Amino acid sequence: MNKVKVPGKNKEHKVRVYALSTCVWCKMLKQFLKNNDIEYEYVDVDLCNEKEKEEIKREILSRGGKLAYPTIIVDDKVLITGFRKDKLREVLAI
Amino acid sequence: MITLEKIRQRAEADARTYGYYLNPDVDFLQSLLEGLKKNEERYGYPSCPCRLASGIFEFDRDIICPCDYRDLDVAEYGACYCGLYVRKDVFKGKTPLQPIPERRPLEKQLRAYAASSKTEIHKAEQSAAAPPKDEAKQPEMVKKLWYCKQCGYVVFREDPPYVCPICKAKREMFAEIKIQLSLVG
Repeated sequence: MNKVKVPGKNKEHKVRVYALSTCVWCKMLKQFLKNNDIEYEYVDVDLCNEKEKEEIKREILSRGGKLAYPTIIVDDKVLITGFRKDKLREVLAI
Repeated sequence: MITLEKIRQRAEADARTYGYYLNPDVDFLQSLLEGLKKNEERYGYPSCPCRLASGIFEFDRDIICPCDYRDLDVAEYGACYCGLYVRKDVFKGKTPLQPIPERRPLEKQLRAYAASSKTEIHKAEQSAAAPPKDEAKQPEMVKKLWYCKQCGYVVFREDPPYVCPICKAKREMFAEIKIQLSLVG
């Protein structure tokens, strides 16, 4: 799985993003995290192979998420579906 | 190869026909058009840039832009799921554009993931030079004939459309056409 790590000064939380390479909301989320200097890791799901897609699907569903992108997982605990600035600010305390 | 300009023209024409507007944010719109172009190039049809496509036309048909869910989302949230088509108040900046919740049924999304696996299994079988098994390894999908009770529009597909493309009647106005053949000797 091609995980891309984006460096940032704020390393307080482990932020993982499942995104689509063509999705504009995903691009906005990536930019938002970057602007807030948050370190995160992302995977563009549409560029994954079928096995990886299955793995991602299972993870999202097992955490009670929806198969919608972007999906953000913070500290392996909180799952946020969609580019929800309000929720992100709350969870990441920014 | 399809050009961005052609995709833009197609979207503009569709927006005009249905009384919608394209996203007023120039960069947002440009990204959406690029996403549609990429999907058209890799899948052969412009599936929604904000949804994961299976690459199998039958499975992705409901998310080919303009998707089946557009009219409902524009009416309820002021924009379609990806934000390409917007309502007048959103276009004018009177209503802010918010992320739209996904209304595509989970079973359709799941089927798309399963479809991908099936394709891979099928490919693996072929590469192993296995004798061709029954050709009916097609997606399990039963198409039916539906007609709009309001205007008479007829469509042959799995489910009736959410909104009639001709007269805008809701899904409830569609009824199945049942054909019975009786052979009388």
